[in-house]
Amino acid sequence: MNIPKSLLYTKDHEWARIEGKIAYVGITDYAQHALGDITFVQLPKIGEELKQASFCATVESVKAASDVYAPLSGKVLSVNAQLLTNPELINQSAYEKGYLLSMEFSLDAEKTKLMDAVSYQVYVEGLAK
Amino acid sequence: MLKTPLYATHLALKAKIAPFGDWLMPIQYQGILAEHAHTRQAVSIFDICHMGEFMLQADPVLSGLDRLVTQNIVTMPFGACRYGFMLNEQGGVLDDLIIYRISRTSWMLVVNAATVARDFEHLKNNLSEDCFLDNVSDKMSKLDLQGPQSLEVLNNIFGKAVDKLHYYSFSEFVFQGESCIISRTGYTGELGYEIYIANDYVGSLWELLLKDQRVQPAGLGCRDTLRLEMSYPLYGQDLDIYHTPLAAGLEKFVDFSKDFIGKQILLEEQERGPKERLVCFQAESRRSPRHGFVILAKGRQVGLVTSGSFSPSLGVGIGMGYLRSDYDIGMPLTIKEAAVEIPVKIIKKPFVKKTSLLNF
Repeated sequence: MNIPKSLLYTKDHEWARIEGKIAYVGITDYAQHALGDITFVQLPKIGEELKQASFCATVESVKAASDVYAPLSGKVLSVNAQLLTNPELINQSAYEKGYLLSMEFSLDAEKTKLMDAVSYQVYVEGLAK
Repeated sequence: MLKTPLYATHLALKAKIAPFGDWLMPIQYQGILAEHAHTRQAVSIFDICHMGEFMLQADPVLSGLDRLVTQNIVTMPFGACRYGFMLNEQGGVLDDLIIYRISRTSWMLVVNAATVARDFEHLKNNLSEDCFLDNVSDKMSKLDLQGPQSLEVLNNIFGKAVDKLHYYSFSEFVFQGESCIISRTGYTGELGYEIYIANDYVGSLWELLLKDQRVQPAGLGCRDTLRLEMSYPLYGQDLDIYHTPLAAGLEKFVDFSKDFIGKQILLEEQERGPKERLVCFQAESRRSPRHGFVILAKGRQVGLVTSGSFSPSLGVGIGMGYLRSDYDIGMPLTIKEAAVEIPVKIIKKPFVKKTSLLNF
């Protein structure tokens, strides 16, 4: 299981990479593996205001559809449009080429509600039991 | 939960295992898309041991067997198999099944896993008492070898005699001294074979088939996408006791020249036209209709999706559902679930038209 040290994580298996006031957002390696082959992605509009833990995207695999929730509150700056035609990028590169969107997050304090890599690792191992 | 004799083999292959009815079955190995493509382009092996098999000794007519199914079994040559339905008195589908005629009075019936007990009861209650009906589902294994290269793979194991199997026929073969049945049938739309063999031998047959570099294991995940692309119905979703074969658009598997349970209702339905029809629809986008989503025509609910998925071959969402309205090929519909709306168009079945099914 690939869980990069530098990222923050949610219980719903989203990740956030913080670069100053900008957060890049995606779903984790655990999530893409559980879903299987991703076949469709719906992304929010640029400029849309997201609230932490609220719906922001849909990821569909052959077998099921799954909602993605925003790890932080803030405004959508960009979306990964490549996913619209190549959703399998999420399976191939969940933390890099398969990111979903970037956002300008508004509340620094919300980061404390996210897990670091060590906590997420423990959390995922707990799910397997 | 029930496990097939190959359960440990699937775990060793790191398959994703999930419940399918009462069974723990392999859903995928390397991935549904890869396994789907491999079946369409090369050849895959599927563990289908969960399905039910009945051996039956019965005169085709005197026993009542011919009245219990919609296919005409009297006209079947020995060594032929025929697809059809068992109906209730209301014409509803109790099960879809393939009947194998071994000799004049010897048959094998292949039924769905979830309906084994109900089918067995129905047959026992309606067949004459001098028949011998044996549920061998627990003793008999089933492997499906499917794909354009399946014949060459079987030739290497069972010899050139496999060449003689034409579509919907079967023959007895010998594997490691054990007799087995191979039929040229399947649920993928590709050239393919279904192999019935005793549980004790299925492990070595699976292993030998996988030794052939062309063969890859495939799970029930891609079995579902493969069959849906061919518009093959799945019992419990697209077929059930509430719908007749006419509503399902499967009248070609019903022989009206003979008597069968449910015939009267079907004749009446044929006269006035079915209230519902199973239709196939295709999305323009990759978004997939799913089982249970609502079907709208001009904003009005006209049915529910019975099967839906992403089509790996077409790269768009596809599905089927019963429509309570008139329709034409090309008619636009909307598939809806909560805030999701998927525009689709009705198409003429099947979704994927060019396959290796009738090669050789």
